[in-house]
Amino acid sequence: MSKDTQILKELTSSEYKYGWETKIETDSAPKGLNEDIIRFISAKKEEPEWLLAWRLKAYRHWLTMKEPRWPNVKYPDIDYQDIIYYSAPKQKVGPNSLDDVDPELRDTFKKLGISLEEQKRLTGVAVDAVIDSVSVATTFKESLGKLGIIFCSFSEAVREHPELVKKYMGSVVPANDNYFAALNSAVFTDGSFCYIPKGVRCPMELSTYFRINAANTGQFERTLIIAEEESYVSYLEGCTAPQRDTNQLHAAVVEIYAAKRAEVKYSTVQNWYPGDKNGKGGIYNFVTKRGICAGDHSKISWTQVETGSAVTWKYPSCILKGDHSIGEFYSVAVTNNMQQADTGTKMIHIGKNTRSRIVSKGVSAGKSQNSYRGLVQVMKRAENARNFSQCDSLLMGDRCGAHTFPYIESSNSSAQIEHEATTSKIGEDQLFYCNQRGIDTESAVALIVNGYCKEVLNQLPMEFAVEAQKLLALTLEGSVG
Amino acid sequence: MLSIKNLQASIENTPILKGINLEVKPGEIHAIMGPNGSGKSTLASVLAGREEYEVNGGSVDFQGKDLLSYSPEDRAREGIFLAFQYPVEIPGVSSTNFLKTALNQIRAYRGQDALDAVSFLSLMKEKMKLVEIDQSLLSRALNEGFSGGEKKRNEIFQMAMLEPKLAILDETDSGLDIDALRIVANGVNSLRSKDNATIVVTHYQRLLDYIVPDFVHVLYNGRIVKSGTKELALELEEKGYDWIKEEADKATV
Repeated sequence: MSKDTQILKELTSSEYKYGWETKIETDSAPKGLNEDIIRFISAKKEEPEWLLAWRLKAYRHWLTMKEPRWPNVKYPDIDYQDIIYYSAPKQKVGPNSLDDVDPELRDTFKKLGISLEEQKRLTGVAVDAVIDSVSVATTFKESLGKLGIIFCSFSEAVREHPELVKKYMGSVVPANDNYFAALNSAVFTDGSFCYIPKGVRCPMELSTYFRINAANTGQFERTLIIAEEESYVSYLEGCTAPQRDTNQLHAAVVEIYAAKRAEVKYSTVQNWYPGDKNGKGGIYNFVTKRGICAGDHSKISWTQVETGSAVTWKYPSCILKGDHSIGEFYSVAVTNNMQQADTGTKMIHIGKNTRSRIVSKGVSAGKSQNSYRGLVQVMKRAENARNFSQCDSLLMGDRCGAHTFPYIESSNSSAQIEHEATTSKIGEDQLFYCNQRGIDTESAVALIVNGYCKEVLNQLPMEFAVEAQKLLALTLEGSVG
Repeated sequence: MLSIKNLQASIENTPILKGINLEVKPGEIHAIMGPNGSGKSTLASVLAGREEYEVNGGSVDFQGKDLLSYSPEDRAREGIFLAFQYPVEIPGVSSTNFLKTALNQIRAYRGQDALDAVSFLSLMKEKMKLVEIDQSLLSRALNEGFSGGEKKRNEIFQMAMLEPKLAILDETDSGLDIDALRIVANGVNSLRSKDNATIVVTHYQRLLDYIVPDFVHVLYNGRIVKSGTKELALELEEKGYDWIKEEADKATV
């Protein structure tokens, strides 16, 4: 309960809270994209030959692809030659401990509310923080290491565990999967890597914080999570970006592999800069997230709270290959002002007795457009597949739009697929009722929206749920009345 | 405490209140009765600041302040409480959470510190007894799936929590069985003090057996056409509203 008061207290500042820029020296590649830039990135990161070859193959494929135009979003053409594809905070030597980390950078984390030291001491969350695609510090590595858990930056994984990276990278999201995945595969600079060995239950939430800092950079990180048989991990990812007039591109790839009886819970709170009221600036968030329940009885659960970005294009998906495997997708997508979101999920039922559950809560305000797009596909041999989908839309005002595009393809007659959808408006009656009890309109909206999203927010780990509630309130400030 | 002078209000250009005059002093209970469509609920809504209604004239003084110039939330924070005829449902928001938000915003307005979780819960416990409301009801989403009686009891519980100066009960008796009515009335009576006042808007005399008013006013066609003591309510019960209508219609001709 105290968290609610805290949230309401912090409702007073209405601007994008994370809009500062950290003045740290960065080491950047020149603008533009060609094979030389890719070689530059690969060389900077001292990568093995096979990885460079993989990047170049992805790049060559990318050149043959066309940017997707089917999402229900509009934005000007992206000039891929006007982006800096590599930008790393300048450091003399790689950090061995927190003390080695640039103090300005640590300040940034403090502003984000994820002071590494504090996180370390108080919450027991292991944080791998990524700024401009380079992982600067990984906490808790030692204690996780004792359990055989690997949690490190992607670059480090390439250096230390090349066999794992080679085996799994691109196995869930192939390099040529789609336009933005191919782009990412060509130019990704860092990201997070997580490996949970057989039978291990990860004792803490693993958390990564992404932030785009330097101007005109794209952020292309990759996350790879591998859960071996009978293991469990809960993984958190948070995102912010400084406020800028120009648009920035974020094209990430997340891959999750779950072996027999493994369970992966992936939660994300995304708060990229959404642009100003007139739609100037903001992040283009074009992300491919996919998990495969490869083994029988495995489970992958996606929970996302999307409040930021100018344009979002994102469909965290589950391939339910193992028999009895379970896929879940819980989503809150909030759009305000000129934001556009086209988000949803894909549940591909391949194995027998596979189950999936989709709960999507869209909130649209201002002149924003919010679309849910989902695919439930039941393959021929997926006997007794079950799906339940619920897609709710909440509208605020009369200038925003909510759209639902549910696709269902079933090739097995034993499948049971349920789809429920509702659209509602925040009622004047509800607001007046709150006002009459002394609650101002902003807080009333926050209260009502949080209530509406409760089913999804309940899926988030505690600290994240608090942050998510605050973000919802902040995002919707000024949207009523 | 409350002084309404020549209050006129309309909705969508249809005049509803055509010159209300009413004085309410601390410690008093006033009943406002009248036939359907006479403007009873409109009066309650206008006092609480509902925006659909347009105030066309008159004034409302509440504890020396020009009430009509205040926003609905500031009226609430100044001490006006409206028990709704049809309390709304807010899915996913527990009564507890809702009330804590409300109480702390009111406290902030008055320059008081927010109540911490422990003090808030003990206050809740104390007030729960008063209106015989069950804990399980308060952990559920606000009014969602509540029965008519549960909703009304919850309104009175909120009133007990927020301790208003002036409570306006809008047809709180409608849809209540006799037991619920007794519980609601007990709640209202036990909250009564020499410092606060209550306006009971009702169609029937029945509630006034339990909440005994100091004054009864009959509202008809947007005006208070007759005022009296609780005997007037009994007379209305017996004779209906027709004689009042006739009297009033004659007087306006």
